[in-house]
Amino acid sequence: MIDGAEAPAIRFRDLTLGYDRHPAVHHLDGDVESGALLAICGPNGAGKSTLLKGIAGALSPFSGAVVLPRAKRREIAYLPQAADIDKSFPINVFDVVAMGLWKRCGLFGGISRKELDKVRDAIAAVGLDGFEDRAIGTLSGGQLQRMLFARLLIQDAAIILLDEPFTAIDSKTSKDLLSLIARWRAEKRTVLAVLHDLDLVRDYFPQTLLLAREKIAWGKTDAVLTPENLLQARAMIEAFDRQAHNCARAA
Amino acid sequence: MLHDLLISPFVEFEFMRRALVGSIALALAGSPLGVFLILRRMSLTGDAMAHAILPGAAIGYLVAGLSLGPMTIGGLIAGLIVAIGSGVVARTTILREDASLAAFYLISLALGVTVISMRGSNIDLLHVLFGSVLALDDATLILLAAISSLTLAGLALLYRPLVMETVDPGFLASVGRAGGPTQIIFLGLVVLNLVGGFHALGTLLAVGMMMLPAASARLIAEDLTAMIAIAAAQGMIASYAGLILSFHAGLPSGPLIILVAGLLYLIALVFGPAGGLLRRLKPRRHLEA
Repeated sequence: MIDGAEAPAIRFRDLTLGYDRHPAVHHLDGDVESGALLAICGPNGAGKSTLLKGIAGALSPFSGAVVLPRAKRREIAYLPQAADIDKSFPINVFDVVAMGLWKRCGLFGGISRKELDKVRDAIAAVGLDGFEDRAIGTLSGGQLQRMLFARLLIQDAAIILLDEPFTAIDSKTSKDLLSLIARWRAEKRTVLAVLHDLDLVRDYFPQTLLLAREKIAWGKTDAVLTPENLLQARAMIEAFDRQAHNCARAA
Repeated sequence: MLHDLLISPFVEFEFMRRALVGSIALALAGSPLGVFLILRRMSLTGDAMAHAILPGAAIGYLVAGLSLGPMTIGGLIAGLIVAIGSGVVARTTILREDASLAAFYLISLALGVTVISMRGSNIDLLHVLFGSVLALDDATLILLAAISSLTLAGLALLYRPLVMETVDPGFLASVGRAGGPTQIIFLGLVVLNLVGGFHALGTLLAVGMMMLPAASARLIAEDLTAMIAIAAAQGMIASYAGLILSFHAGLPSGPLIILVAGLLYLIALVFGPAGGLLRRLKPRRHLEA
C-alpha cells in the first residue's frame, strides 16, 4: 500500500499514548491521507490533544508508533491548545511571527526582503495589520491566538496540527482563519484540527476522527458524526481507573 | 579642579586604570547576561551559581595557593557541573530549573566545605568573596577581557534561540533541537562571567554587577535591545563612579561599585518609565482611542 505517491501523511500503528501508565489514546490504527483535512472530535479527556502531541513528537508513545512516511518530525507545524508563551517578554508581534522562519534562517542567517514581506502578509492574513510593533503583552487572548496562527502560516509546513484553534476567537476571525485552512487544502497540506463545534466541522471538514480514548469512528464527517456514534463517545469514562490492570492487548 | 577629581586618579595610578578596564569588561559581558536571567525569571540563578563556584575556587586555592589558573579552573568546573547538571535534571525530570539548581548548588557548597575541612587548612576566603579590583595583574586582566569577548560573541550567536527559548520554549522544541544546547551554553557563559568576576569583585559582588544594572534597565526600557544597552551603560557608569568614590573616600572599591549600581537601580525603581513606582502612583490620563 505504501508506494511513494500514495503513501499516507501520517500512519498510526497500534498507537497507545498516555500519562503515568494510564492510556489517553488506546491502540489507535489508521492512515491520514496526504492532503487530508481531518477534524478530531470527542468529549473532554478523550485524548485529542494527546494525539496531536504524539504526532508532534512532544510525547513518546507507550507502545506502537506514529509513522510519517513523507515528512520529518520537525517539519510539522503545531499550534498547541495553551502555548506556554511568556507574555511579559519585551518582544513585538512581528518578531514572534518571524520566528516561523527559524528553519530557513536558523542561528545567524539573514532574513530577505521577500521573507519580511511574507511575515507582513501573514500578519495581515490573520487581521492583525497595524499590530506589528505592539508588545505581545498588550494583546488580548484572541489576538494572541491569531498571532500564533500567523506564525504557523510562515512555517510553510506539510503537516499542520491545530489544537482548538478557534477558542477565544470571534466568529468573523474564525471565518477568515477557516478560509486560510481551506487554502492549505488546495496547497495539498495535511491539516488535523481538534474541534468542539460540530456544526463547524460538518461545514468545513470533509473527514472526522471521533475519539474517546479508543477510536469510535473515522471517515467521512457525515458518516462519523451520527447520533449513535456521539452517544457512544459520550459514554467514555473520563477518570482513570486506579485499579486498572495491565492491558492485555499490549502483549 | 574637576580634572583632579574625575580624571587624574586614572592618569596618575596604573592600578586605577587596570581596575577600570577590568570592571568595564565585566560590565559589558555581565549586563546582557543579567537581562536574560531576569527575563527568564532566573534572577536568583546568578546567586546560586556564585555559591556553586566558591568551593571549586577554594579547592583550586588549596591545591596551588592564591594563583589565577587553578582557582579559575576549579571554579569553572564546579560551576559548569552545577549548571549542566541542573539543566539536564530540569529537562528530564519533573523538577523545574530553580529547584534542581538549588539542590545542586547546596550539594556543591557542602562538598566544598567538607573537602576544605578535611585538608584542615584555614584559607583566606576574603579574596574570593570580595575580590581585589585594585590588584589586577596582567594575567587577570587578559582573562577578564577574554571572558568578556567570548561572552559577547557567544550571546550574539545565541541571540535568536535564546529569545525564542525564553518567549516560547515549546515552539523552539517543535521546530528544532536548539533549545537544550542554548540553555546550557547560556548558563555556561553565566558561570564564566562569575568566575571572571570573582577575581575583580569577588563571587558575591560579581552577581551584583550582573543583576543590578539589568534590573534597573528592565524598569527603564521596554525594548530588549535598549534594555541590554542601558544595562551595559549603567554597569560602566557604576564601575567608573565606584572607583572614583573609593579613591577619594578611601573605601573598598568592589563594594562601592556595586553600591553605585544599587543607587542607579533605586533611582530607576522610582522613576523608571517602563514600570517604576511613580508611573504606578501617578497614572496619566487615558487617551481617546
